[in-house]
Amino acid sequence: MHPAPSVILFTTLSGLGFGLLAFLGLGMPDVTGGSALAFYGIGFALAVGGLVASTFHLANPKNAIKAFREWRTSWLSREGVAAVLTLTVAGLCAVGAAFFDTRLAPLGWLSTALALFTVHCTAMIYAQLKTVPRWHQIWTPVHFLTTAIAGGALLAGQVSLAMPLLLLAGGVQWVTWVQGDKRFAAAGTTLETATGLGAIGTPRPFEPPHTGSNYLLREMVHVVGRKHSQKLRLIAVALMSVVPVICLLLPFNHLLAALAVLAHLLGVLVARWLFFAQAEHVVGLYYGGR
Amino acid sequence: MTALPATTTRQLGLVIDLDTCVGCQACVIACKGWNTENYGAPLSDQDPYGTPSGTFLNRVHSYEVQPETGSAQLVHFPKSCLHCEDAPCVTVCPTGASYKRVEDGIVLVNETDCMGCGLCAWACPYGARELDLAAGVMKKCTLCVDRIYNDNLPEEDREPACVRTCPAGARHFGDFADPDSHVSRLTKERDGMDLMPEQGTKPVNKYLPPRPRDQIDVLAPLLNPVAEEPTGFLRWLDKALERL
Amino acid sequence: MRQPPLDTAPPVSDEIRHTTCYMCACRCGINVHMKGGKVAYIEGNRDHPVNKGVLCAKGSAGIMQHNAPSRLRAPLKRVGPRGSGEFEEISWDEALDIAQSWLEPIRHDNPEKLAFFTGRDQSQSFTSFWAQNFGMPNYAAHGGFCSVNMAAAGIYTMGGAFWEFGQPDWDHTKLFLLFGVAEDHDSNPIKMGIGKLKARGARVIGVNPIRTGYNAVADDWVGITPGTDGLFILSLIHELLRAGKIDLNYLARFTNAPVLVDADTGMLLRDDAGKELVIDRRTGAPAPFDEPGVQPDLAGTLDGHRSVFQLIADRYLSPDYAPDAVAETCGIPANRIRAIAAEIARVAFDEAFEIAQPWTDFRGERHAKMTGRPVSFHAMRGISAHANGFQTCRALHLLQILLGTVEVPGGFRFKPPYPKPVTAHPTPHCAAQPDSPLDGPHLGFPRGPQDLALKPDGSPARIDKAFTWENPLSAHGLMHMVISNAHAGDPYRIDTLFLYMANMAWNSSMNTGGVMQMLTDTDDNGDYVIPRIIYSDAYSSEMVAYADLILPDTTYLERHDCISLLDRPICEPGAAADAIRWPVAAPDRDVRGFQTVLVQLANRLKLPGFTGADGQPLYTDYADYMTRHERKPGIGPLMGWRGDGTDTGRGAPNHDQIDRYIENGGFCVAHIPDEALYYKPWNAAYQDWAVGMGLYDAPQPYLFQLYVEPMRAFQRAAEGHGDRQPPAHLRDRVHAAMDPLPAWHPAPSDPAYPIHALTQRPMAMYHSWGSQNAWLRQIHGENPLYLPTAIWDGHGFAPGDWARVTSPHGAITVPVAHHAGLNPHTIWTWNAIGKRGGAWALAEDAPEATRGFLLNHLIHELLPPRGDGLRWSNSDPVTGQAAWFDLKVRIEKLPARTSTLPDTGRQNSPVPVAPDALAWKVGP
Ligand SMILES: Nc1nc2c(c(=O)[nH]1)N[C@H]1C(S)=C(S)[C@@H](COP(=O)(O)OP(=O)(O)OC[C@H]3O[C@@H](n4cnc5c(=O)[nH]c(N)nc54)[C@H](O)[C@@H]3O)O[C@H]1N2
Ligand SMILES: Nc1nc2c(c(=O)[nH]1)N[C@H]1C(S)=C(S)[C@@H](COP(=O)(O)OP(=O)(O)OC[C@H]3O[C@@H](n4cnc5c(=O)[nH]c(N)nc54)[C@H](O)[C@@H]3O)O[C@H]1N2
Ligand code: SF4
Ligand code: SF4
Ligand code: SF4
Ligand code: SF4
Ligand code: SF4
Ligand SMILES: [Mo]
Repeated sequence: MHPAPSVILFTTLSGLGFGLLAFLGLGMPDVTGGSALAFYGIGFALAVGGLVASTFHLANPKNAIKAFREWRTSWLSREGVAAVLTLTVAGLCAVGAAFFDTRLAPLGWLSTALALFTVHCTAMIYAQLKTVPRWHQIWTPVHFLTTAIAGGALLAGQVSLAMPLLLLAGGVQWVTWVQGDKRFAAAGTTLETATGLGAIGTPRPFEPPHTGSNYLLREMVHVVGRKHSQKLRLIAVALMSVVPVICLLLPFNHLLAALAVLAHLLGVLVARWLFFAQAEHVVGLYYGGR
Repeated sequence: MTALPATTTRQLGLVIDLDTCVGCQACVIACKGWNTENYGAPLSDQDPYGTPSGTFLNRVHSYEVQPETGSAQLVHFPKSCLHCEDAPCVTVCPTGASYKRVEDGIVLVNETDCMGCGLCAWACPYGARELDLAAGVMKKCTLCVDRIYNDNLPEEDREPACVRTCPAGARHFGDFADPDSHVSRLTKERDGMDLMPEQGTKPVNKYLPPRPRDQIDVLAPLLNPVAEEPTGFLRWLDKALERL
Repeated sequence: MRQPPLDTAPPVSDEIRHTTCYMCACRCGINVHMKGGKVAYIEGNRDHPVNKGVLCAKGSAGIMQHNAPSRLRAPLKRVGPRGSGEFEEISWDEALDIAQSWLEPIRHDNPEKLAFFTGRDQSQSFTSFWAQNFGMPNYAAHGGFCSVNMAAAGIYTMGGAFWEFGQPDWDHTKLFLLFGVAEDHDSNPIKMGIGKLKARGARVIGVNPIRTGYNAVADDWVGITPGTDGLFILSLIHELLRAGKIDLNYLARFTNAPVLVDADTGMLLRDDAGKELVIDRRTGAPAPFDEPGVQPDLAGTLDGHRSVFQLIADRYLSPDYAPDAVAETCGIPANRIRAIAAEIARVAFDEAFEIAQPWTDFRGERHAKMTGRPVSFHAMRGISAHANGFQTCRALHLLQILLGTVEVPGGFRFKPPYPKPVTAHPTPHCAAQPDSPLDGPHLGFPRGPQDLALKPDGSPARIDKAFTWENPLSAHGLMHMVISNAHAGDPYRIDTLFLYMANMAWNSSMNTGGVMQMLTDTDDNGDYVIPRIIYSDAYSSEMVAYADLILPDTTYLERHDCISLLDRPICEPGAAADAIRWPVAAPDRDVRGFQTVLVQLANRLKLPGFTGADGQPLYTDYADYMTRHERKPGIGPLMGWRGDGTDTGRGAPNHDQIDRYIENGGFCVAHIPDEALYYKPWNAAYQDWAVGMGLYDAPQPYLFQLYVEPMRAFQRAAEGHGDRQPPAHLRDRVHAAMDPLPAWHPAPSDPAYPIHALTQRPMAMYHSWGSQNAWLRQIHGENPLYLPTAIWDGHGFAPGDWARVTSPHGAITVPVAHHAGLNPHTIWTWNAIGKRGGAWALAEDAPEATRGFLLNHLIHELLPPRGDGLRWSNSDPVTGQAAWFDLKVRIEKLPARTSTLPDTGRQNSPVPVAPDALAWKVGP
């Protein structure tokens, strides 16, 4: 799939933002006043920033408001609804914490649940797609959730939690990749099944339907070299998990903390680039992909 | 509108005959012409006189198939929306723009609702949806819904533009819910097949596989000679002429 | 659940205008849907005899052709050097003044100085009439580089050809063999026909080195080695003769197989009235072939003179033609040849059927039934565009005639005005006189050396050297030789080259780079070697840049046109039919239909034929000519609604005629009576119907010419008989080429160039025009060179690689791709996709200019020197047909690059810059 900056930013930033909001909902840290404002501010900025980034992916954003309509069937719609609910509930919590110095625990728990559900919805937008076997696996939501939680813990300053969570997220990310690598073959979709010609022999694309380009090729047929991607995977996990954990293990220092966050963010961005760039859509088969 | 109807009254769709399609691309352009002028936004083209990229609802691929023995065969392969029974493109749509019609099963995009997120195109295994860059809305085969019921057209023309134009007669349109329809019978007689059955989309459109090729060596018995050289031949000729 | 409201019955258009497509030469009927006076949508006309509603990709994309930004806008006068594309727009008055000032003195002083050649002209009966009245000897259309072998071999053998002049009996045939066709002129009818066969489960065999398109859907693919079809066909004939699987009755009655050949001269024996003689089986005595009751004896002999049939048996039963002997050369296993022969015989004879339709033959004999032989053949340029193409086409006709499958149910059928024997065609004329029309039509069918177009000193009378000893039967002229001959001043220098719709600086020339050079070459005074070039095109083609004066044509939806029985009508085997085009949309530019421009020029030049006795012009424009011109009394360009509007075929001119065509959908059909539907050359009912329609003036039944006597006449000249004999250096060649029975000669080969290189027409593109079409060019915007597995693997090619391809004449550097279903010694590409930078209003970096290429750079109009001091032309020695497909090359692998070679530079565009986005909707 085309690794569009809008969707990479969307999943990365909103995951991080909702991860942070999830911790804030649990009172971790239990902040009030100015620091509540700051924490929630960061959470909102990331979550909303991610959502705004996602609208750059829309070719007809004037209809974006209609995206809330089909929550009964559509994960994308659910994601939108869940995000708004989360932001509303978390907003109430933020107002309570920042201006009234109160934390309504049940409301907080609700906002945590909603935040995690929102991340789950985001993941399901991709995981539901049978057409992209690499995404269509249980590890996709697990990975999105663990990454969001680990990132949230890191941002929320939950150092002792963050370290194992970051390692867990890194591990899950790796497993997701390894499992993902097998998914296309496991899905059983081949040029033979795509064309129904397998009964005759081995099909091979001869001439494409057009020498000009088209939307499908740009959007869904993106090829990354294997060597290249192995290197990027190592870099991604190093940045998103290992470097932050090392930073956290070292004696606390604001610069190191910032570095941990920055490394994590960069790592997740690289991982998300790979998430899209490595995802093979079955339609690529028709064009000789895979 | 993104829930799929449990059943549809009719199941309209196409049969595409891979034995007959010569790959002429007529259906591609007839579709482009009709759908540029009709349903919804025109099918636009970017950089049409430079390095072009445009929206098409129907495209004809071609594949070479290498059998275990014998020479490779070439199959032309037209592909448009298959109007799946279990259309994943519909259920993923957040705005409700995508829907499957209850009365005939046609899968459509209501352009006034579409926000151009592209998710439905991602959900379609067949590459049957293309986002139009000029209009920002998702385009797909409408099964010429604005022709097949259109009483401004003579009755014989109430069929999809691609079917009407196909010079080889490789495209057939009809109701698969009716077991006696032309398309149902063709599908049965010629072992019509589903594309990517494992994707679980239950496509309505069916493809007729190419008939076996290169069988001539196993057909007729070889000829028996009546003569091996001209004089013998003339003797045979004389007798044959007698019998005339 | 609620569905959005949807109007399933929107209005389709304000009005439908019926006219004829021009996106290729197939001439399908189209319904042009108009909205607010603009063209909104084009579909096929269901009532039309050619396409019956279907339309190909090009036809449907006509709207993009009609609106192409490359359309010329006004007459152009060259201001920069030739080839630069620098022009200024001028008025029509000025343009016609210039043309008149160039043409008038030529006509007055020496008409030879004008060469007028038209491309795939759909108004040849008109352009040739114009040329004949102008009086220069130099006129032809494009057939010489296209498929004259097919036309001439068919007409000399059976009075009609494949091409679009006949077709298989699609409704009855059960076995169809297709030789060397990628698309052909009968584009939609062939597809419809194949569709019919497929629906019936009939068998299709494709004989073609390349398995694509029709050959891909063929049940059996015979991947023959290029240039060897003649041998393969003669081997099939060998097998059929050996097994006695031939239609003796048919041969005896309808062909010259029983005709006696003079053992001394090789000419046919005739009676005093000139009738060919046969032995009558009833009496054992000689009799004229057409005597009522005669039973011609295939085995007849008379004083040592033997029948044609015996010569045929002698020749083709020779072991030289046995499958085992030809298998390797043809690249077809011997058993496969035997199996195909067996299948042909089985279907022709075991599946023979009868139609209960009585008919009467030309000898007056009444037949109760028509016997069907459901095997049919079709062929086109794959067999004809070789230097042995004429004889190969003849071989194929011999095969179908031996089987008795021509003009019978299930076989091959002619479309009116065919069948028409050679004797009913004109001979060529070339006697040019100042200020006078030519002494007769330029083109025709020579019956012997006496009809060659030679000057009294024996030198060629025509600039293209048509009808000379080099190519005696060049019935369509040799358009591909005009520029190089004019450049060389051989046989003479010309002053003005006048071309119409042929992209001669590009895809219709061999040696494209060389031709561009010839068009721009100057002499010692700095003047162009070809002094003046007038050209009519509708679009900004490559050729436009090489002309001095451009006469911009309209698009096909903006003018009158006439698809006439006088040249290439749209008939069906069961009907005569013709058609028109008419201005369904008004031009928005200062352009004129070229035919009208020719009328205007004729009026200025006061050409006879266009000028009345009073010196006044006869016609105002082409539409006027279409209705009022009479070629013979009662016979004009259009057959329908003549006289008072009720006459068809013959009748006085009717000023309402065009309106009646428009009312009827743009065409006219006259059905052939049931009794006359088959056996047309010999069927009295057909002959009478044809006379009534004005196709002939008197019945002219004839025999199929298995043995072509006019060819023997040329051989005799080469043997030293007669007062016109070939020059010494051509004697052997003429003798070998003009074999009166089909023969096969291998193309010259050089081991340094072992690979055959071919082109094919893409179904969705028409030559060079398609590339200006925004929709079509997305399908074929570039063309890789396809390589068979043997070469792909052998050279270690991988996807994305490029190659240098070298012929004895030059080299090109191009992208490659793999094609397994391909003859192992053959490579190929799509024809005419490559474009010169700046042409066709395309962007500078358009893929056609950077990744597209022409194979033409590798093909020379002359063969490489052979050490005999002569440069033989790269064409068939019988007809002069350009041998495009004899090209042999070698190939080397190269790493990927960004643009193809050679680089032919760029031309300035005389039209405005094209838009960078399209969303073409005319609207509600
Ligand atoms: N390598 C290779 N070369 C080949 C062939 C091949 O098989 N291989 N085939 C050969 C054959 S058979 C042919 S017929 C030639 C064809 O080659 P050309 O005869 O050159 O054919 P086109 O490219 O169609 O060019 C015709 C010109 O007509 C112009 N035109 C289009 N419409 C109109 C109109 O309405 N009015 C006027 N006045 N002009 C118009 C176009 O713009 C174009 O410039 O190519 C030959 N060249
Ligand atoms: N779409 C479209 N239609 C067209 C045209 C066009 O440009 N586009 N052009 C029109 C014109 S002008 C013409 S002349 C006709 C020509 O129509 P075709 O006769 O179909 O011409 P080509 O496309 O040149 O195809 C020649 C075929 O012959 C095969 N061939 C080459 N050498 C041999 C051989 O030695 N033996 C055999 N058996 N096969 C061989 C090639 O592989 C190819 O398939 O098409 C007309 N129709
Ligand atoms: S083919 Fe694709 S677009 Fe059409 S219904 Fe099926 S999934 Fe949807
Ligand atoms: S692109 Fe349009 S139709 Fe497709 S899912 Fe998005 S909103 Fe729905
Ligand atoms: S049915 Fe209509 S919309 Fe669908 S492919 Fe055919 S022409 Fe196009
Ligand atoms: S129009 Fe018919 S024959 Fe041509 S590509 Fe389409 S389906 Fe195939
Ligand atoms: S075959 Fe196609 S381009 Fe040619 S006349 Fe017919 S519709 Fe037009
Ligand atoms: Mo041609």
